[in-house]
Amino acid sequence: MSITTLLAISLGAILTNNFIFAQFLGICPFLGVSKKIDTAVGMGAAVTFVMGLASAVCYGVNSLLKAADLEFMQTVAFILVIAALVQFVEMFLKRYVPTLYTALGVYLPLITTNCAVLGVALLNVQNDYNFIESVVYGITGGLGFLLAIFLFAAVREQLEFADNPKCFDGFPIALVTAGLIALAFMGFSGLQVW
Amino acid sequence: MNVKKQFKEGLITQNPVLVQLLGMCSTLAITTSIMNGLGMGVSVIIILTLSNIFIALLRKIIPNEVRIACFIIVIAGFVTCVQLLLKAFLPAIDKSLGVFIPLIVVNCIILGRAEAFASKNTVGASTLDGIFQGIGYTLVLLVMCFFRELFGAGKLLDIQIMPDSYVPIGVLTLPVGGFLCLGVLIAVMQWALARSEKKSAEKALKEKEAK
Repeated sequence: MSITTLLAISLGAILTNNFIFAQFLGICPFLGVSKKIDTAVGMGAAVTFVMGLASAVCYGVNSLLKAADLEFMQTVAFILVIAALVQFVEMFLKRYVPTLYTALGVYLPLITTNCAVLGVALLNVQNDYNFIESVVYGITGGLGFLLAIFLFAAVREQLEFADNPKCFDGFPIALVTAGLIALAFMGFSGLQVW
Repeated sequence: MNVKKQFKEGLITQNPVLVQLLGMCSTLAITTSIMNGLGMGVSVIIILTLSNIFIALLRKIIPNEVRIACFIIVIAGFVTCVQLLLKAFLPAIDKSLGVFIPLIVVNCIILGRAEAFASKNTVGASTLDGIFQGIGYTLVLLVMCFFRELFGAGKLLDIQIMPDSYVPIGVLTLPVGGFLCLGVLIAVMQWALARSEKKSAEKALKEKEAK
């Protein structure tokens, strides 16, 4: 493992294989909490944190499962670990950053069911990443999510005043917008680190 | 228990994807071919029905404070079963759906129905709810797959449908196509629902006038 592999992983996770726009992981919070930039960034930061932490802890859990020859329990074990982590983050935010806690509202416990978090844990196993690679992939994947949700929220704030056909109000126009941003992100797919 | 009402809710008025806006990730990601859509849809119907049954059975035992964790464990158990079965008997589908099979655990439709329906209703009603909501989800998947596969690749079920001179709209099979396709579908749904509401309102008004 060298710096270039880590760089390649980061670049892939943030731009070319963005969790939202290329892999479709974490669409629910992406569409749900992107009405205002502040909350969107708060959500992105919380998800980044949980993803990094989850990658690290799930790596440990996975090696335990491997040692015990219980690899088929992966999904169950990972989701339990993630649920516990989210609970921990929730308590932390409630105690120290109450404004963000109230702003995120119901979407905070929903990080548990954010497919990006479970997705990153499963992808780490699938790609056979070692500990450092897993953590880097988790954190940069979260940063990619943060970038995506920030860009999307910035566009969506303007969308409120857009004069679109009535049946496109709300979600549909948001999805079309997301599609156009995804189109822009496709421009990154040729990017490589040697 | 009202079978007809539940049927209509699951498929149309409370369609999990188009109206409740749940389960977006898998809907966008795997709808590139009919085979994928069918595999995903059937897996979700099975898991949703089983988890609804079990959660309805356990609804009086599960303490309220830790219910979400309990639901997730029940769901994760069934997902693991389905994943192992697919790996054993349909390895091709397992491969093309990849990480999205274990991710059914965090598919909001299943947790959403557990929380909103199965934890409050009888076993029978929950079973039906699981089946109908699952079918509603599968229908949306199949519609998306149909358009994306037919126009994006010119094929259906891997059989060439469009004439050779047809140039596939490749962008439809890319992530962009998923977003655009689902956006348009939801818009059509909103339009249709608004129209039918207007119609029934007019009808009610007319009946009132007639009286």
